[in-house]
Amino acid sequence: MGEFEPKILAFCCQFCAYSAADLAGSMRLQYPPNVRIVRLLCTGKVDPLHLLKAFQEGWDGVFVAGCLEGECYFLQGNLHARQWVNYTKKLLKEIGIEPERLEMFNMSAAMGTKFADTVREMTERIKKLGPSPLRAVKDSQEMVKK
Amino acid sequence: MTMSDNKIGAVLVVGGGIAGMQSALDLANGGFKVYLVEESPAIGGRMAQLDKTFPTNDCAMCTISPRLVEVDKHPNIEIITCSQLQALEGTPGNFTAKILQQPRYIYLDKCNACGDCEAVCPVRLPNPFDEELGQITAIHKHYPQAIPNKYVISKEGLSPCRIGCPAGVNPHAYVSLLAQKKYPEALEVIRRILPFAAICGRLCHHPCETECNRKDVDESVSIRYLKRFIADKVREKGESLPTPVSITKKEKIAIVGAGPAGLTCALRLREKGYAVTVFEASDKAGGMFTSCIPDYRVPKEIADYEINRIIATGIELKINTRIGKDITLEQLRKDYNSVFVSIGYQDPAKIPLEGSETKGVIYGVPFLRDVKLSRKPDGFGEKVVVIGGGNVAIDCAKSALRLGAKEVSLVCLETRDLEHQDRMPAHEWEIEEAEEEGIKINGCLGPKKVVVKDGKVSGLETTCCTAVYDFSTGTKKFAPKFSCETGPTLEADTLIIATGQRADTTGFDELEKTTFRTIKTDSITLETSMKGVFAGGDIVRGPASVIEAVAHGNEAAISIERYLTGQDLKTGRGEKKEGVPLPERKIEKKPRVAIPKEAPEERRKSFIEVEKLLDEETAVAEAARCLSCALCCECLQCVTACQPKAINHEMKATLREIPVGAVILTTGGDMFDAHLKGEYGFGRYPNVVTSIQYERILSASGPFAGSILRPSDKQHPHKIAWIQCVGSRDHSIGNDYCSSVCCMYATKQAIITKEHESDIDVSVFYNDLRSFGKGYEYYTNSARQHGVMYKKALISNIKEIPDTKRLKTTYLDEVTNTPREEEFDLIVLSVGFVASPETRELCKRLNIGLDTYGFNPAEAGRITNNELRPPGETSREGVYAAGVFTGPMDIPESVMGASGASALAGELLASARNTLITQKTYPPERDVSKEAPRIGVFICRCGTNIARVVDVQTLVDFTKRLPDVVYAEENLYTCSTDTQQHIIQMIKEHKLNRVIVSSCTPRTHEPLFQEMLCEAGLNKYLFEMANIRDQCSWVHMDLPLEATEKAKDLVKMAVNRARYLEPLKEQTFTVIPNALVVGGGLSGIISSLSLAKQGFMTYLVEKSDRLGGNIWNITETINGQNPQEYLKKLLSEAENEPLLKVYKNAQLVEINGSIGNYKSKIEYNGKIEEIEHGVVIVAIGGVEAKPTSYLYGQNPNVITQLELEPQITQITPIKSVKSVAMIQCVECRDEKHPYCSRICCTQAIKNALRIKKINPQTNVYILYRDIMTYGMWETYYRQARELGVIFIRYEIEKKPRINTNEHGNLTVTVFDGLIQNEISIPADLLVLSMPVRPQPDAQTLATTLKVPLNTEGFFLEAHLKLRPLDFVNEGMFLAGLAHFPKHINESIVQAKGAAARAATILSKKQMTISGIIAQVDPDECIACLTCVRGCPFNVPKILKNQKMKDGVITDSGVAFIEPSLCHGCGVCVSACPRKAINLAHYKDSQIMAKCEIYK
Repeated sequence: MGEFEPKILAFCCQFCAYSAADLAGSMRLQYPPNVRIVRLLCTGKVDPLHLLKAFQEGWDGVFVAGCLEGECYFLQGNLHARQWVNYTKKLLKEIGIEPERLEMFNMSAAMGTKFADTVREMTERIKKLGPSPLRAVKDSQEMVKK
Repeated sequence: MTMSDNKIGAVLVVGGGIAGMQSALDLANGGFKVYLVEESPAIGGRMAQLDKTFPTNDCAMCTISPRLVEVDKHPNIEIITCSQLQALEGTPGNFTAKILQQPRYIYLDKCNACGDCEAVCPVRLPNPFDEELGQITAIHKHYPQAIPNKYVISKEGLSPCRIGCPAGVNPHAYVSLLAQKKYPEALEVIRRILPFAAICGRLCHHPCETECNRKDVDESVSIRYLKRFIADKVREKGESLPTPVSITKKEKIAIVGAGPAGLTCALRLREKGYAVTVFEASDKAGGMFTSCIPDYRVPKEIADYEINRIIATGIELKINTRIGKDITLEQLRKDYNSVFVSIGYQDPAKIPLEGSETKGVIYGVPFLRDVKLSRKPDGFGEKVVVIGGGNVAIDCAKSALRLGAKEVSLVCLETRDLEHQDRMPAHEWEIEEAEEEGIKINGCLGPKKVVVKDGKVSGLETTCCTAVYDFSTGTKKFAPKFSCETGPTLEADTLIIATGQRADTTGFDELEKTTFRTIKTDSITLETSMKGVFAGGDIVRGPASVIEAVAHGNEAAISIERYLTGQDLKTGRGEKKEGVPLPERKIEKKPRVAIPKEAPEERRKSFIEVEKLLDEETAVAEAARCLSCALCCECLQCVTACQPKAINHEMKATLREIPVGAVILTTGGDMFDAHLKGEYGFGRYPNVVTSIQYERILSASGPFAGSILRPSDKQHPHKIAWIQCVGSRDHSIGNDYCSSVCCMYATKQAIITKEHESDIDVSVFYNDLRSFGKGYEYYTNSARQHGVMYKKALISNIKEIPDTKRLKTTYLDEVTNTPREEEFDLIVLSVGFVASPETRELCKRLNIGLDTYGFNPAEAGRITNNELRPPGETSREGVYAAGVFTGPMDIPESVMGASGASALAGELLASARNTLITQKTYPPERDVSKEAPRIGVFICRCGTNIARVVDVQTLVDFTKRLPDVVYAEENLYTCSTDTQQHIIQMIKEHKLNRVIVSSCTPRTHEPLFQEMLCEAGLNKYLFEMANIRDQCSWVHMDLPLEATEKAKDLVKMAVNRARYLEPLKEQTFTVIPNALVVGGGLSGIISSLSLAKQGFMTYLVEKSDRLGGNIWNITETINGQNPQEYLKKLLSEAENEPLLKVYKNAQLVEINGSIGNYKSKIEYNGKIEEIEHGVVIVAIGGVEAKPTSYLYGQNPNVITQLELEPQITQITPIKSVKSVAMIQCVECRDEKHPYCSRICCTQAIKNALRIKKINPQTNVYILYRDIMTYGMWETYYRQARELGVIFIRYEIEKKPRINTNEHGNLTVTVFDGLIQNEISIPADLLVLSMPVRPQPDAQTLATTLKVPLNTEGFFLEAHLKLRPLDFVNEGMFLAGLAHFPKHINESIVQAKGAAARAATILSKKQMTISGIIAQVDPDECIACLTCVRGCPFNVPKILKNQKMKDGVITDSGVAFIEPSLCHGCGVCVSACPRKAINLAHYKDSQIMAKCEIYK
């Protein structure tokens, strides 16, 4: 069996983090291929429901990336997102999932490097933690279906 | 609206910076067609270069980027890049603009910015966008986020090396390619012109190197050697022989002579499909290469290699065939359609020399032929004398040595002194090599007689030659003169005569000859006296070089083809071109590479090659010395790489005429050239950078990727200093003005530096800290808290410490008045603005006046002295101005000015509004609500950008199996017009009701594809994108498997979401084209009048009984204009304006509705009137603060500046005043009021100047903290000092104190830092400069309108930088003192600008609201207020709603979100505990579907 390759889901706001991810592309920065991005207008839309759903679906790690604090295009959406992330971390802890699997980041649209670094950081972090316990559940469900 | 007055509803905006973009958007949104002309390849201007903006530290790119896209996508803005306005003809309202567009070399409609071209471009140039700190390729995007998102080629004429080559080979290109180790590509470039890269790489006399500009820096690039390196590298690796070219033309060509000219000509014609036969008299093709050039110069196998490659293309070679003997020219002309004669010049010239028939006397060329065949001539001796001073003679001497001669010397008429006009014709390096090998050169000797002994040569008698050439006729004529002296007799057993060759034209008698017995041809076409017969090479030119022969071969081929196809032979040929000069940038010296050679003693022993091969790294380093003088090298690699065929290197400049009604100039300015302040060492010391360079250093997309590094060693600096006022406030260089922005940008850079690395020690050396703008004082205070040290001192000079590259500064600390020295790792020069020479030229062409500094077209264009006119006008009616072009200013001022200029254009062209705009219409939308999802997925290869990494075919197969996907395909470029048409076809054919494009980023391409959906009759919200390029193939280039897996996931996620997508209806509503303006001061009147003139009904509400506000108190402006006259004019206009209704003694009491659709109640004279309007402008002004200190109100001689104003006009009392003291910053810039009131310094100086004008004897003292005369106001500060106004600086800790004696006489006491002591000033009059405060009723109005105030109580705009006139609440705008303290001209600009902003709404009949809005389900809502509290924009309200609950009707509250106010962030949605709110297009179901990819 090869090395564990985590699957990580990222919720990114269109104005900053998603743009930073695009800039990383224009700059041809190379980073691990473990992350899939869901684009949101604003991270203010992030809901504990979505975060929990992602873990339920078997993602090993999840992060939310919004504008720098104080620079949200929608004034405060990113601050709300941080609250929800912190709240969800508590829920995760309660149900026995490492809260480190979830994280909030802030970056501006000019920070292509920061985006690449974030992906690297999260990938490393989740690799150390190993597969999410819910992934095994999902795996067995899929097995049953088949 | 009619066109009866012939006005054109289009505006030309010149300059695509932030101001130009704002004008363009205002006008285009206000119903005008806009042409946005930009000189550079992309819009964005200076702001795009910035890292962050002050005072909010917002990322500049984040804020400007959406606006760039908005301009780009606007249907009524046409961006015209690389262009200049050349001329403007016609009359206001009806101009013709002539636009000169420089070639971009890229077809904008074809380029899709995939970047394939950039990847192959070998040229590296200093990146102007990074202020030359980083590098770019010659083909590049102006900056990564550039709009238009298209490539451009930087190209400037031809490199001198290319001009220097007689054949026009392109060394710039192949050297650049070598530097990138692209050897086959480099060789291909050479072979386009020269089929003998390896040979010429060894023996060419390289005139390219003579022309190389680098020689003026250190030494020319070793071009010739690098060519050899390329050829050898490719040959080493092995390449297959060319396959014969098929014959496609019926004509046949005969070529006589298989030397370099003949072979080149043959090859070129063969490549074109002609049948070619080469007749060669000897038994081998190659001419001199194969017969005479010794192996130590060009080894046999090298020559054979290149010759064989030519023959292999399918050339018929007939050896041992001599014309005139084996076949006649006449026969050739019969058998072939054209003939090229290149028979060379190989017959040795005989000289009249006694004894030259003796055994042992041989001739040079035949000797070399023997040597080449490894034959030693009979009786070849050990002591050889060569006669001749040319290259053949040298070759003979060297060959003689290698054949075993013990002693070889050379005798020639010319001198060894290579500087002399009679110098030896051989190349310098040939002579030097010969001498190294021990050959003795005897110059200035003529052969007199062969000494014969025993019938054999035994020596040579010589005579002394005194002169070789006769220059008296102006030409160089061979006419040797000898002295009577006898020269030495040289011992020799072999004598080689190598005194030149001659032409042998036997067999070509019919062709006309020259006096030199060469064949006479036309110098350009090479046609001989006989039609269809061409000649070239040495037989035409005389003995010359290989490269010149090749040049003839190429030219002859062109002529022959033209001749055969009946074209004119001469058209477009023979044009003399100039090489471009040495680039102006700083060039580091780097010595030329030393070419490795065999040691002379080794060389003498055999014919092994003299020059050895360099190692790769050295060769690459040598190639990197190329300066790329012409920028693009025209290697044409990009043309090959570009799949959409978007590149054309032959583009030319074009002139275009555009009819427009008005012109707005927003050309910006340049940054001061820091080289001009030599004492700071910019350009000499690498660690002295300009502030713009520092912006790029800070920028995450800059040259150091956002790390703060010193340029000299790329190490982190520990100590950084900023020097303010570099090029500003500097009389010595003629820039008397203040640049307005430097204090704050330095503060910003210092703060950001501290945020990056808090342990960096940061100092700002300043003159006055000009924190005069909104939020600036707070900002500088926060900088101090960050640890930024402000030092009031100007650095007198900087010296670099050589070993550490640190910088030692000396300065006078002005607070303690002591000299100091301090060292820094990095110094940033805060350079100011200067007018650009291009703009000055433009204004000259357009006949627009500027002030002496090149700014301020409004002032310079003033017709009468006292007339106050709106800034933004110019001396030419119909031409308006904004931004830094009008004077140094910050971004918000530029934006306001731009809107102000838009208003002026809008007023002029009101009758032509909405006449030239296009509104797109789409086919009716298909109702898909009853259909099950039918998803079509279009997967882009993006040329190879995606396909190189992601396995697109696999991805398509995978996609086809996904649920609800009924169609999937791959496209080369999904965004191309034809692909889009195809997709529309597929949508119809397969009845698709959801469309996914899997390609690049939705940020740039979603609008494009959504429009495509509209054209296909689908709702645009049924579209989804998967970003498999920017976020996949580009970032996982070496991981194709993983990238393909990721792409699968991304497509699957998109499909999952698409299944849940719903069509959204974008609500439209009718706009009420009326405006409400609150506040009847100067700003309010101007906004109202502008809107009325633009044709909109305007209601102006003034709380007092007269219009005019503060302006009634101002009797004169600092530049001598009379505001009272201006006010009178405005009031009379207001009186007579039918579309303006003024309410005096009135108040806005209630407002309801939203953008475009308000209902308000105005209370006036005890009545309430209800009005309907589409917009609101807040212009309620401000008030001068009433002093509570300094005995104000207690002593009648203590007054405020505003109270002083009318007193000055009463001249007599002022005349009697002996001493006036003014105190600045009273009750301002302190803890309680932490803002600078911006205008008081200028006001104080104005009043001081007026007093001095009335009575120069009056002493005027101004006690200040920092003089805030920003921009051109600075010139009055200077004037005041010159007129003797005394300025005394005080620190906030040591405020001035006042005393009165028993007579009430005032004395002001202040601590003066310069003398480090207290001084007392008797003051007959004490004038307090009081700040502007918000109107007392500002809060009430803010509450009514639900708009925010800042902490000082001024109205707060939507964005400090880019939306200075807008409120966050859509449809509401602000202007004048209500926004912040400002000068009259600034209020006028803002008021006009607010009108332009308002017009963008009022000019629309209908408005549309985005479909992405939050909606409350009233059945679920329990009015818990969570959304009300959470919404950042205060949109949700609780409405009364009758609700059926458990069968009972209750009258409960329910949350309501007004669609036109919702921004769509979704905060309320995630906050709602009952999940009663949905954000359309981002519903929970749609987001959660995206999470489901795991299997």
